[in-house]
Amino acid sequence: MTRSDGWAATIDAVAIPVLAIVVALVLFGAFVAIYGVDPFAAYGLMFEGAFGSAFSWQNSLLRSAPLILTALCTALPARAGLVVIGAEGALALGGLAAAAVGHALDGANGMVTVTVMAVAAAVIGGAWVALAGALRYWRGVNETIASLLLVYIAIALFNHLVEGPLRDPASLNKPSTPPIADDAMIGAIPGFDVHWGLVTGVLLCLAFWVLIERTTIGFAIRLIGDNQKAARLAGLRLGGYVLVVCALGGAAAGLAGLYEVAAVHGQANASLLVGYGFTGILVSFLARHNPLAIIPVAILIGGIGASGGLLQRRLDLPDAAVLVLQGILFVTILASETMYGRIRWRLPSLVAARRPA
Amino acid sequence: MSNAAEALGWWGVPLAVIGGAIRVSTPFLFVSLGECLTERAGRINLGLEGTLIMGAMSGYATALHTGSPWAGVLVAGLAGLLFGLLHGAICSLPRVNDIAVGIGLMLLGTGLAFFLGKPYIQPKAPGLPAIDLGWWSSLPQVQAALKINVLFVIGVICAPVMLWWLKNARLGLVVRTVGDSADAARALGFPVIATRIWATAAGGFLAGVGGAFLSLYYPGSWSEGLSSGQGITAVALVIFARWNPMGCFYASLLFGGAGALGPALQSVGVTQGYYLFNALPYALTLAVMIIACSPRRTLAGAPGELGVTN
Amino acid sequence: MTNFTTPSRRSLLRGAAAGGLLAATGLPIGRAFAADLVVGFIYVGPRDDYGYNQAQAEGAAALKKLAGVKVVEEEKVPETIAVEKTMESMINLDGAKLLFPTSFGYYNPHMLKLAKKYPAVRFEHCGGLWTEGAPKNAGSYFGYIDEAQYLAGIVAGHTSKTGKLGFIAAKPIPQVLRNINAFTLGARSVNPNATTQVIFTGDWSLPVKEAEASNSLIDQGVDVLTCHVDSPKVVMETAERRGVFCSGYHVNQAPLAPKGYLTGAEWAWSGLFTSMVDAVKTGKPIPNLVRGGLKEGLVKTSAYGPAVGEAARKQADAVKARFLDSGFVIFKGPLKDNKGAVVIPAGQEQGQTDLRLESMNYLVEGVLGALA
Repeated sequence: MTRSDGWAATIDAVAIPVLAIVVALVLFGAFVAIYGVDPFAAYGLMFEGAFGSAFSWQNSLLRSAPLILTALCTALPARAGLVVIGAEGALALGGLAAAAVGHALDGANGMVTVTVMAVAAAVIGGAWVALAGALRYWRGVNETIASLLLVYIAIALFNHLVEGPLRDPASLNKPSTPPIADDAMIGAIPGFDVHWGLVTGVLLCLAFWVLIERTTIGFAIRLIGDNQKAARLAGLRLGGYVLVVCALGGAAAGLAGLYEVAAVHGQANASLLVGYGFTGILVSFLARHNPLAIIPVAILIGGIGASGGLLQRRLDLPDAAVLVLQGILFVTILASETMYGRIRWRLPSLVAARRPA
Repeated sequence: MSNAAEALGWWGVPLAVIGGAIRVSTPFLFVSLGECLTERAGRINLGLEGTLIMGAMSGYATALHTGSPWAGVLVAGLAGLLFGLLHGAICSLPRVNDIAVGIGLMLLGTGLAFFLGKPYIQPKAPGLPAIDLGWWSSLPQVQAALKINVLFVIGVICAPVMLWWLKNARLGLVVRTVGDSADAARALGFPVIATRIWATAAGGFLAGVGGAFLSLYYPGSWSEGLSSGQGITAVALVIFARWNPMGCFYASLLFGGAGALGPALQSVGVTQGYYLFNALPYALTLAVMIIACSPRRTLAGAPGELGVTN
Repeated sequence: MTNFTTPSRRSLLRGAAAGGLLAATGLPIGRAFAADLVVGFIYVGPRDDYGYNQAQAEGAAALKKLAGVKVVEEEKVPETIAVEKTMESMINLDGAKLLFPTSFGYYNPHMLKLAKKYPAVRFEHCGGLWTEGAPKNAGSYFGYIDEAQYLAGIVAGHTSKTGKLGFIAAKPIPQVLRNINAFTLGARSVNPNATTQVIFTGDWSLPVKEAEASNSLIDQGVDVLTCHVDSPKVVMETAERRGVFCSGYHVNQAPLAPKGYLTGAEWAWSGLFTSMVDAVKTGKPIPNLVRGGLKEGLVKTSAYGPAVGEAARKQADAVKARFLDSGFVIFKGPLKDNKGAVVIPAGQEQGQTDLRLESMNYLVEGVLGALA
């Protein structure tokens, strides 16, 4: 029995999301068909735009890089039972800190500057999200709402500082912080168009997976997530763990801000805030908060984004088609949660075993 | 217009805040009342932002096609009802997380509204009428501030009625029991899942109506930037209001007034830090939550089944 | 400083007029043997927003009517790597040879980066400031819309009974300040006591905040409203509802306020776009920095509304005539800012090509408000 249970769980973990994606695609196809667009043309273009060529692959991977990092901001706290949706704020303040530090170190060695910028972005991002965790633990403030409110406050602070005290007077029609030096810019991975944020994201996912699944700290975090009372009875200091998961998640989102500044824009301005933090929530839930699953899910969502342009240009679909597909996908995958452990996969061996009875 | 020329100076600030409170608060009021009902039944629906936008779009489109803004309000409510039903039904499946489904429906609602709303950005639909409560004043500024939309009045009536209903009506008791303890509700023979589904659907209806207010009265047209997070804010506002419908009313007025404060202060010459003024309502909510909460007890008034307050 | 040559710009625009004429008469020149030129347009918001994006899209719509031109469009593209990939996708997958990334934030670093990578593609950006050293296949165009705003200010100054004008702006950046200042100077040229109260909302599209700002200004006695936000729709509609006058921006908003609409400052991109397409097709050089105002036909004013009196029309038309033969300078000394400091000394003029205007950082005397 236990062996077949393990089997079934593995099949569940692969088959159910794939089924949900197929259902979502069918629903989306029906939707565009009602709108008057050939669904197969849409599927074809989506594939072409997302994964149809080397260019498309790089497009999807590039878009997935910030999503992997911001998804970790929801995924890690979720393993300890917290629903944190504050990645956008950590990204904003992390990026701002990186830009400010990068400018302050103008003239220093490039590697040193980048390192200090990364530390600044991770610390600020981590501290900002840890604040939501701290409020949760010591004041009982709901972390979902608190982290959301902190996003709005962070964005206001960001705008205030970028357009006020930290503004580069030379940034005329787009208020920005002063640009960081060229040698402090993080380039693309050699031979590719994709910046190092992708590699960082993948490495962090691997590291966090090991942390959660293979260490005693991770065991404690999962225990807290499963059952707070039991964890307390086991003598765990919950507050410490809550702070750690929130800070690590926030640090990852802060690094997303770093890469936006140091690999894309070269300075901090309103273009940093395009919703990567919010899309990251989606990625984390779709990956069921499993750091390893975040990687393919982020690439999938990045691919949907990458294919949106073709849908607009070739089929005259509104830009919101991407949002609709993401919404359908999200809802079907969440609804499919209920299927886990409830499907009897008719494995040949099982069928054979049952036949005599 | 010559009398209108008389500026109010600093008096304009409180007047703008009062006027703004009335104008800006209505969507907050409807969404928060809807969310309050849903949460009292033990579910949290973060998707009301999407419902609000969907209501705004469908209401505007209906008003344009039928020529009747009230038909628009009704359709907006029905669109919200559908989204509420969807949320309620999906969350009734075992092991489905209501917060996550809410985020999904927020995306879906926003996406559908933007997708289907493209043809309605340009045309002009008939708007909702207003009641003139400022007739007694000779000041046009006062008259304008007291020009009150019927939906606001309906919302104002809804709040105490909902409060009374939750306290005294049998159905209200069912909702409260289901929200406080599913086990107790089952023991009493109350239908837990059905109650939650229709409480979410009714909440969606109210949020949809709130959206119609945005597109049909203030600011009074459909555009994709119409909601700047009012739906999400209103969800936070319910906690601020401690799940009390009258609290939702006061909190909505407060948020509306705070939203009007920034522009009003600039119009009399306070020009520094408008971003920070704009963030005031959020900071205020967080501050109230920090003061009001305690790790050792659940928040007073919080439904026991609500995952969000444990 | 100003070494971009006006003559080449003029000849370019003359070409535009000729191209427009050809298209209008429907001569299918080259349709049979020239492959279609693919032109890509990228917008940051919805292209039917009664505002900035719509003005660009109207220019794009003019190109769609040309023979041998195929227009591809993408809207709501954020100012980040997304726009780089959209441009690249238009080049690689659609074969675009001329791109119009129309939002300000697309310029640096995104468009400049792509222009280096694809030297055979022509990039034309709206609002940026092309400088020596930037790729030669990139260019930036913009219109002196402050000229139209100055005329709108004259009309507003004539029409306002209270002498209080209201300006709702997104952010205190040079392009916005130049409009606020030109509008105010225009109004004060007819009513030296007129003031412009300015409110910054903080972002380009915030309908509820824009409505609140409109109401606050009207409560303070303002009776002419104008704005510089992405979509002026809400400001115009609120003004009409409260029974005050309004002056449009970006495109003609008269249908939104049939009673109170005075005039407006509009973009007129179709001629320029047509001439650029023409130049790319024939291999003619396009100046890297294209600027022009009423005279060059890059901006225009909306037709006067019913509330505009005879005196206002006459004076605005007279000044417009002087703009059209280059005889009028808006920013000239003595000019004080609203803190009393002299920004342009007496006897000095800053003509439209003066680059100092592109970095304006003051509000002129008569503007109530401050830069945060």
